[in-house]
Amino acid sequence: MSDEQDTKQGAGEVLIEELQRGPSGELPWWRQALQAMTIPALAVVSGLILGGVFIFLTTETVYSGWAQSPLVGLGNGLRAVLSAYAALFNGSIGNPSRILEALQSGEAEAIRRAFNPMLESLVKSTPFIFAGLAVALGFRAGLFNIGAEGQLFIGATVAAFLGYSITGLPPILHIPLALLGGALGGAAWGFIPGWLKARTGGHEVINTIMMNYIAIRLSEFLLRGPMQRPDSFNPVSPTIEPSAMLPSFFGAPIRFHLGFFVALGVAYLVYWFLFKTTWGFDLRTAGANPRAARYAGMNTLTAIVAAMSLSGALAGLAGANEVLGVNHNLALAFSAGTGFDAIALALLGKSHPAGVVLASLLFGTLKNGATQMQLAAGVPIDIIAILQAMILMFIAAPAIIRTIYRLREPAVEEQVLSIGGWGGEQV
Amino acid sequence: MTTTALRRRVDRVVPARRIAMGIFFLLLGVASFLLAGGIDPGTVTVFGLTAGGSQAILPEWTLSSPSTLNLLATVSLAIGGFQLVRGFGAWTNWILAVVAGMFIFSFLVWAAAGSSLNLAGLLGATLIKSVPLTLGAMSGVLCERAGVVNIAIEGMMLMSAMVGTLVGSLTNLWVGLLCAVLAGGLMGLLHAWLSVTYKTDQIVSGTVINIFALGMTSFISAKFLQRYQDLNNPGIFQPIEIPLLSKIPFLGPLLFNNNLFVYGMFILLILLHIGLFYTRWGLRLRSVGEHPKAADTLGIDVFRTRYMAVILGGLVAGFAGAYFTLGSVGRFDEGLTAGRGFISLAAMIFGNWMPFGGFGAGLLFGFADALAARAAILGIPIPSEFLLMTPYIATMIVLAGVVGRGQMPAADGQPYDKE
Repeated sequence: MSDEQDTKQGAGEVLIEELQRGPSGELPWWRQALQAMTIPALAVVSGLILGGVFIFLTTETVYSGWAQSPLVGLGNGLRAVLSAYAALFNGSIGNPSRILEALQSGEAEAIRRAFNPMLESLVKSTPFIFAGLAVALGFRAGLFNIGAEGQLFIGATVAAFLGYSITGLPPILHIPLALLGGALGGAAWGFIPGWLKARTGGHEVINTIMMNYIAIRLSEFLLRGPMQRPDSFNPVSPTIEPSAMLPSFFGAPIRFHLGFFVALGVAYLVYWFLFKTTWGFDLRTAGANPRAARYAGMNTLTAIVAAMSLSGALAGLAGANEVLGVNHNLALAFSAGTGFDAIALALLGKSHPAGVVLASLLFGTLKNGATQMQLAAGVPIDIIAILQAMILMFIAAPAIIRTIYRLREPAVEEQVLSIGGWGGEQV
Repeated sequence: MTTTALRRRVDRVVPARRIAMGIFFLLLGVASFLLAGGIDPGTVTVFGLTAGGSQAILPEWTLSSPSTLNLLATVSLAIGGFQLVRGFGAWTNWILAVVAGMFIFSFLVWAAAGSSLNLAGLLGATLIKSVPLTLGAMSGVLCERAGVVNIAIEGMMLMSAMVGTLVGSLTNLWVGLLCAVLAGGLMGLLHAWLSVTYKTDQIVSGTVINIFALGMTSFISAKFLQRYQDLNNPGIFQPIEIPLLSKIPFLGPLLFNNNLFVYGMFILLILLHIGLFYTRWGLRLRSVGEHPKAADTLGIDVFRTRYMAVILGGLVAGFAGAYFTLGSVGRFDEGLTAGRGFISLAAMIFGNWMPFGGFGAGLLFGFADALAARAAILGIPIPSEFLLMTPYIATMIVLAGVVGRGQMPAADGQPYDKE
């Protein structure tokens, strides 16, 4: 960095760089992709290792065994770690021996059940894809949308309301309507902090945090009042109409549903929007270098509002997808922090839609496997949050990973996320 | 630096703000009138002035509801009119506090019209609920005055609440408190390590700590605290009655019969205020947050100062976290802090990055919390969820600059790169 005299690029340079990117770059795309994936992959591996150490340290039998001899304690600990990770694998991908057995027997039902863990992992990944895309789109526009959680709640609330209150529509209309409603709800929730940022410079991080809590309180109010199921004392909304439910592909215990493919489609749309359209280009330029974007005559204020609204819409879809595809109703605190995990996902996926999808598959798999880990190995499900925090830390501070694995500094300075201070000086 | 100073001066004289503020005062006055209109004449509001557990019984305070409301509304309107025509200039923010206070009082008179409300109990609860918020806000002030954004207050609190419970159950309360505070400091060290040394984005670093703390505490809770109840029973610090002072009518039992955390909060408030604004230490800390390069040129070690500030902020947040378990409920449950770290962040912004400002905001938000808990009993037609929303909405309004732009440290959030 110190060799370069000026790190700020002019508008012309940005344009030229954009034009030169893509297939005509010096490295073939697969080498670029590999290079981009080195740090995330190492971060995940390091996170899993540290998680293992943590499981080791919190296993009681290590200490009771240590009293006999250190080797017994060590062995007990290793066994605990291995059984935990084996349970994680079986719970998220499937038990290999069971899959083999099922394939040999040739029964359709047995095969489906053997593959269910994998399908369930996809179900768990789906909201992550939407929410991760939401945060990633914000990052691309230079905005830190920490409010995916709130937007997700509002999206879920609107989708649930449209799902149970409208009757008599065919699924082909009802499902898109409910999804669209969820997206619009989330977009409205993202629009407000975006507008505030463009208009007053109020930092979106604070405003979105505040909007999160407003959304949660609002859904609490609705679920204890207007939206509460008439025959229930619990804060739960009525079950949505069957015509609004996202169709699932297999029988009852298998929850795999259409939402996953919708998520993939949306991920492609986001990719196309960001990298193939003029609007996407404006948005990314406004994010990478607002001064240059303004100099080039782009309206950065519009870009901010548009990016926050789109980001909110994606997060709203995450909520709508959960309501329409999995829960079929709205309950309190149903999201369990998906909106915050999304920050880790976007960073892990380097704010690229393909990366976000991969990261979401990983997190969904981990989350799904963790349930089994808790049941079979007695390791609380919260170990996943610890893993996520470690992974996020390594992604955010790649220098740590480079020090540990003695990697070289990259030739091209990595795009390190920076959002500036509270003051909105960037606008 | 110069731009902030300039902005401050500009803020005071812009007529748009004067008029907006005047209209706001008028609106509050009109709202009070409307509240008065909904009450039958002759209704009285009775305020109880005896705090729970206090020996000295004070007579109740009886007010005629409509006339009190009308009086307060008239005063608000008069102030609003003056603000519109002439303006209060530099005093505007104080006048705002007075008018807002009058409106809150009007609201209470209205809510308790025809029945009675224990004002002492409400204020006592307000103070208690403001303790973690104020301490959290002070943690934020320490970090952000040195230029490091701290959204990890929530995580720091959660971690130290858990550590305090665990260690407190294993040993005794005092060791538990010490370890809780140290755990907060350790989280601060992690935040400083990531954001100062590795120049990680400070929001991301804060998010790492929040996710980590939530996962870690829930893990320990599920694995140990819920299974072995002995590990989740540290007891709590009992209130200490200060002789003589606690005998002052009304205020005595309210202020001087509390536990260590309330007194600790007041002591820290004064120390932090004096330290930040009247000592060389504070000047250096603030200079690092305003213009690190200039501070560096003058020989101040920016990295060391930021490390110190963030670790101190962690220690204060640790004290706040210990309050939740050792000073309040005496046990740890998952997600115990329930977003209060983020309300602390809001209180810090609302309080304009000042320790006493944070205390004021903490009291205001604590009041909303205390009132929400009583909304059902009082029969206030506003759902308690909306009362609980007010801190967040108020912060967004403040941040939007409606009440005058905050004076945040100029280099807040920017990693310092020594070149």
